[in-house]
Parts: sequence; structure tokens; C-alpha cells
Amino acid sequence: MPVPKTLGIETEYGIVHRGVDDPNPISASSLLINAYLSRRSAPGAGPGSPRVGWDFVDETPQNDIRGFSHIGSMAPEVETHLVNAVLTNGARYYVDHAHPELSTPECADAMAVLRHDRAAELIMIESMAAANDVLPAGEELVVYKNNSDGKGNSYGCHENYLMDRATPFANIVQHATTHFVTRQVFTGAGKVGSEAPCMPEGSVVFQLTQRADFFEEEVGLETTLKRPIINTRDEPHADPLLYRRLHVIVGDANLCEVATFLKLGTTAILLAMVEDDFMDPALRVVDPVRSLQAVSRDTSLRQPLMLGDGRTATAVDIQWQILEQAQKYTLQRGTGFTGGSVADLVLQRWEDVLASLEASPSDLVGVVDWITKKHLLDAMAERHDLNPGDARLAALDLQYHDLRPERSLFARVGAETLVDTPEATDAKQQPPVDTRAYFRGRCLQKWPEDIVAANWDSMVFDLGEQALRRVPMMEPRRGTREHVGTLLDECQTVAELLDRLST
Amino acid sequence: MAEQEQRRPVRDGSEPAEPVDVGAAQSASRGSDRLKGELDDLLDEIDEVLESNAEEFVKSYIQKGGE
Repeated sequence: MPVPKTLGIETEYGIVHRGVDDPNPISASSLLINAYLSRRSAPGAGPGSPRVGWDFVDETPQNDIRGFSHIGSMAPEVETHLVNAVLTNGARYYVDHAHPELSTPECADAMAVLRHDRAAELIMIESMAAANDVLPAGEELVVYKNNSDGKGNSYGCHENYLMDRATPFANIVQHATTHFVTRQVFTGAGKVGSEAPCMPEGSVVFQLTQRADFFEEEVGLETTLKRPIINTRDEPHADPLLYRRLHVIVGDANLCEVATFLKLGTTAILLAMVEDDFMDPALRVVDPVRSLQAVSRDTSLRQPLMLGDGRTATAVDIQWQILEQAQKYTLQRGTGFTGGSVADLVLQRWEDVLASLEASPSDLVGVVDWITKKHLLDAMAERHDLNPGDARLAALDLQYHDLRPERSLFARVGAETLVDTPEATDAKQQPPVDTRAYFRGRCLQKWPEDIVAANWDSMVFDLGEQALRRVPMMEPRRGTREHVGTLLDECQTVAELLDRLST
Repeated sequence: MAEQEQRRPVRDGSEPAEPVDVGAAQSASRGSDRLKGELDDLLDEIDEVLESNAEEFVKSYIQKGGE
């Protein structure tokens, strides 16, 4: 049985500290986030970012969905000593490894995630401004929304989808893999060159995705080396008897709003179909890792992929088949599990984008990142008569992702938007109303002084008593405005809130 | 949502695919003077804001692996 697709996105941003000889990305990331938090908690800043820390008690990234761990596999360590904050919109803003990272709050549909992903970009822009205010003259922090430095180092943009624990994991692996290999045609952020080991230099001029070069396994627990297409981290941040969370590490960070929207929206529908056993069991891509890279390196979109039954199909062909099943599924089962009316918009845009990929890819400038970036690269190369290896093309690639409004090349393209700026600005501070993020965000707005710590599935309050009070939130679709909006409006104190919650 | 026929049947493997270059398709369909003018303006702007020492910028953009 499908469960309503609660979903979110976590993005690690590239960071550069300009004007210093020996930049340290960890302290630069800390400075970036602390500068934002200070600015937001200043008197008169409005509902902002109280200094509430993250609570690690339930973090178990080493657990494997399959119930075992490979000997020698490296689970990510939880770094509890670095900056780690919860924002009033329900998001988490922290230093992960050597990057600033922002996880959106849990959302109930792809449009809400997009709104919070845009809000995250605005938070990065404000963070840069706040940090640069306190840095000495000549120094500057710059944030990039990309996934690779072009030298073999990659950082992720992970998606998360709540799923039914009862769904056989093998079915998720088969169908999600097929989707991840082929959705690259609209989710790719584009990259000049290749960083895969053993690829002769210059053999790949441009490819669809930032990330495909870094994937070596079909299924596994790792995220930092031997990366798998399907990640098995079993950390549902919800009732583990009912749910699993599919932690998707294979995607690119997108700047085109339509691309972000489709990346999340199509995957949510696909996963609901898997839970409902609706997918064609014959649809399976042979050799997923090689296929992932083949799709990424084929800007003609004509590379045939081998299917499990011996036939071949292009990535776009396979996307048409998944879309067709999604359309039938929606007709038969409705959109109750896949985001309501937002799912209808997903289907419409999905079809439009596939049609354009076949007939007229140039229509997707400002809609799909790799096509947008390639458009700029080709035009620059033609204007200045540049060879494929020219540093100006590699610079354009990087600067496409620069989040400084005055430097961003993406911002100059006039890309299609689905979220307007006031909505995105509002989402910097306000949580979604239809998940437990609402409870988290509203409590942080109203009683920041009384909250000791928060995480995805609980909050810890300090009432001045001997013991702290932990409020579990194991059900991601409870704690919504509908459930607790009036209660939160009426309660004057945390004591009153906890009292009324426990009766 | 209208019932839709399968748009792209899976090929049986023997049928060769026509290669189409996305870049070529773009320049062909973006042929109008207006679009050309817009693109020129955009390229002017990019030339203006693009890192002046591209080689140094690309070389110094080094990140640690993440995740």
C-alpha cells in the first residue's frame, strides 16, 4: 500500500573563501552559517533562527535497509561538534564535512519542496551577505549550488521520500534504478568534461549530469566512496515499523525550477507506483552503472540502453513508458498519495518536457539545466572561437552555479519560474503547513527560549523542571496546521502546550 | 488526463538511431533575429561578469568531497 509521499531535499553547497592564502572550508562554512544565525536572531529580525541545536539521539546513518552491513563499508559519521541549527521554517542548516548544507523541512508535495529549495538559495544569499559584513576587506565567501569541483571531488544533493516499510526492497531497487538512470535527461545540471577514473582526457566534452561519473555500485550504504545508485541507509526518522525513507543520492542540484520540480514530482509518483505494485515488472535496465554514465555522456539522447528482456530503448523512450504508467496510475488511483493537484501538474510538465527533448530541445533553455548550460557554452565557444578544453568554458560551467546574484550566470538566463519571490521569501521563515515541520517551526517561532534541541522526529523542551521534556513526532503527517494550529495559537506557554498535548 | 497511446515503443535492438546533436538543433531553431539579439545581449553580460582570469579561477576551485 502506498503511503502519502512526504519528501524533502538536502543540498551540500560548494564554498570558496576568496582573499585568503590557505582557505579552510570547514571554518568558512561555520562562519557562513553563524553569520546568518546572528543576523536572524538579532533584535527586530522577526521570526528567524533562534540558537536551537540539533538533537542527535536518533541519528543512525549506519543502519542498512537490508539488515546487514558489508564488511569494510564506510557509513557516514555523525559530526556532532559542528554548527548545526534548526530554522523556524523547519529546515536544518549545518556544516557537513567541509560544506554548508541545508535540508528542507518535510513537505507534502514537490511544489512545496521547490518553494523551500528556493528559500534555501535565498538563505545562502543572505548568509553570504552576513558573512561578508564581518570579514576583513578583500575577503569574501562565495557559495555555489553544484555537485563537483571538476577535479574528482563531489558533494551531494540528496532527496528523501517516505515509503511503506512493507514494500519489497528489491522492487524499489529495480524501478527506482530504471528511473534514476533515465530521468537524467531532465534532471542533469550539465558538466564540462568527465571526472570518471580511466576516461581519457578530452573524450567527454560535455555531459548531462554532474554526478554520474562518481557512481560505481548498484546498491549500497556508502555515500562518500563507491557510491551506489540506490543508497540503503535505513534511517526513517519516523516509526520504523511502518516506514522507510528512501535516501536518494544520485541526483544533481538543480537551478532550473522546473527541473527540481520534476526530479521530485516524478520520483514521488514512481515510488507510489512501486508501493502499489503498479510498475511493469519487465522494465529493467541492464548494467545500471554503465547505463547511468552512458546516458549522462550522450547529449544526442539517442544512445540505446539494453533492457532486461533483450530489447533496447533510449532514456527518453523509457521515460515515456514510465510516464504512461504514471498517467494510467493517476487515472485509476487518483493523486491522494502523490501530492494532490500538484501531481497533475507534474504529469503535464513531464509530458511537455519529454516531447521537447525529442522535438526541440532548445525549447528547454531555462527549463532543464544541462540544456541551458550547453546553450551558453556553445554560444560562448562560437563567439570567441574557443576550443573544447578552453578554461573559459570550464569557468562558465562553475559560474553558472554561483549563487551571488551579481555573478550568477544562471540568473541571467531568464529561466521559467514556478515559485514567485514573495513565496520563496516567506518560506525562509515559515514552515509548510501540512507536515510535522509545521509543529517544529511554529514552536521555534513562539518559544525559542524553551527549546533545548530539535530533530526530525522529536523536540526537547526545558520547562525549568528537573527533567527535560521530549515530544516525539514519529508520524510525519501529524503536527500539521490542521491538527495543532489552533492549539499553538491558543497556548501562551510551553507548559500549557505540553499539558494540553498530554491530555 | 486523456488516455494516451504509447508514444515510443521500445526498439527491438536492430533499428539504428539517428544521431541528433542538441546544440545543432538549438542554433537551427533559435535562428530569428530577435533571439539572436537577445543571445548577444546575454553573451555581452556573461563576458562582463565571467571571472577575468578563467584559468586561475578554475584551478583554484577545489572542494572537499562531501556527503
